[in-house]
Amino acid sequence: MSSFIRYLRRNPSLGIGILMFTLLFAFCVVGYLRYDISKAAYPLSAPANRPPSLQYPLGTDSQGRELYAVMTAGTILTLRIGFTAGLIGLIIGTVLGFVAAYFRGWIDVLIKSLVDILLTIPGLLILVIIASATRQSMNINLLALIIASLAWMGPTRNIRAQVLSLRERPFLQAARLSGMNSVEIIFFELMPNLLPYLAASLVGSVTGGIFASLGLEALGLGAMREPTLGMTIYWVIYYSALLKGMWWWALAPVTVIVVIFVGLFSIGTGLDELANPRTRRIV
Amino acid sequence: MRLSYVAQRFLLLLATMWIAASINFVLPRLATGRDPIRERIIAESARGGGATNIGINEMVAEYRAQFGLDEPLPKQYVTYLWNTLRFDLGKSLSNYPKTVMRLITEALPWTLGIVTFSTVTSFTLGTVFGALIAWPRAPRLLSATIPFLLTFSAVPFYILGLVLIYIFAFQLKWFPIGGGYPIGTVPSFSLSFIGKLIYHAILPSMSMILASTGGWALGMRGMMVTIQGEDYMNYAEAKGLPERRIFFGYAVRNALLPQTTGLALSLGYLVTGAGLVEVVFGYPGIGSLLGESITRFDYTTIYGIVFFLIVSLGIVLFILDLLYPIIDPRITYEQ
Repeated sequence: MSSFIRYLRRNPSLGIGILMFTLLFAFCVVGYLRYDISKAAYPLSAPANRPPSLQYPLGTDSQGRELYAVMTAGTILTLRIGFTAGLIGLIIGTVLGFVAAYFRGWIDVLIKSLVDILLTIPGLLILVIIASATRQSMNINLLALIIASLAWMGPTRNIRAQVLSLRERPFLQAARLSGMNSVEIIFFELMPNLLPYLAASLVGSVTGGIFASLGLEALGLGAMREPTLGMTIYWVIYYSALLKGMWWWALAPVTVIVVIFVGLFSIGTGLDELANPRTRRIV
Repeated sequence: MRLSYVAQRFLLLLATMWIAASINFVLPRLATGRDPIRERIIAESARGGGATNIGINEMVAEYRAQFGLDEPLPKQYVTYLWNTLRFDLGKSLSNYPKTVMRLITEALPWTLGIVTFSTVTSFTLGTVFGALIAWPRAPRLLSATIPFLLTFSAVPFYILGLVLIYIFAFQLKWFPIGGGYPIGTVPSFSLSFIGKLIYHAILPSMSMILASTGGWALGMRGMMVTIQGEDYMNYAEAKGLPERRIFFGYAVRNALLPQTTGLALSLGYLVTGAGLVEVVFGYPGIGSLLGESITRFDYTTIYGIVFFLIVSLGIVLFILDLLYPIIDPRITYEQ
């Protein structure tokens, strides 16, 4: 444990990121203990439009939700969407990246062209089309799946580049000569070398997934009934909260979102340093 | 030769546009069981006060004929592709009979205004900042701004926009809360109106600038650090060139190239970010139009806007790709 703390001094970004998520975690634990989330985060559970007070620590919104409960539920839901979408995207991206870079040939050309074309199209726009079409039955899991369907391109490209550079290394040639077949090489030689890189990619994927989910929900294409962070922003815009002076309604989700993004960014930077010791911090 | 590269990129552009158009065509039709025209007409008749269902089927059939939806699917596809080539994106469902293209051209100048201004400003500022921060003989003070810039760059543009609205528009009342121009003013070409336009555009632009500058600065700094380790930098210094010459002519010039690549890659992100900023600020650009059409279930406009944005971005990327060899003479694309 103490060696970990010593490492954190060398890698302050990771420390900041972990700190942010610890704070968020503590915030949510308090929320779960204090409220019955299944009621308090939904409309008509509290008097509407109340500013923050002792009884309602973060205030209430125009539909009668307790904002503390909404933030607790929303953080968990949004992180869940981001994590699911990011993980699925990373898995697909890893498989495709490995296959493309290791086997080369026509499959590499096919995958690379597909990824290049799809990368020039802004993902959010395609997501808007898909989400518009499936609006009626939108729920959290469907939203995560939709986001995952466009989250794999970045990881594919990065992992393909990494595997391409690893491919010609002597240890791989030795593995080939010693008779390992392709699958064994991929799983037992390439993958362990790339694990730190995959971890850093996961953070990037999750950030992208949360970003996409916030964007979709802020436009009104999310799951309308769920108290996620993006939907809170949507209601803030819909009810013109700032125009009416209900600053607490906007402050709560914005603060939580800033903490989440800064935390993810710091962890990502920290993992980058962990994964690639050649990028030492230049202060 | 160059020509084959240009042809290759152009084909890629055409492929992108065709794939985007096809996605635009196929995906909405995959959602079975829903008929947006029927829903729309029922909603309108309900809003008209009389809960009359008389003639709904005939009206739906007539509108479907109008939109060409009663023809066999392959024919619809061909008609759709042909129309799209002629910039005919159909008619808006909620602003019928205004065409989608008309709505887009009305909203486009607003978006172009803040996007180009914000992108140019943040790119320039960020690049200059990043270059200075990485240069050892530059003021140390600049390094202190890095944490702030990084924090700002980690959050989405519109979140920063909400914060700016709260602080500057609501509390301090220095800027208007939203909109493109003051409510009740008549647009004209007078200087005062242009002044008001700029006044309303400041906060949306600032939220984009603040959020992007950090990213550019970080990238530029990284590139400058890498370049400072190169041999030619040593040689330039050994030759005794003046420091300013080394900084601008050698370091910055070479670091700019990956930066412009980064600019090209992040265009999609910038455009979608700008769209959401417009939704938050109520700024009447393409983003707001998209948000409105989503709220009003105006599907033709949604698909039209998405397609338009994809094609515009594709064309801009194509042009940027062609410009690279001019910026960087080392890139030759010979076979």
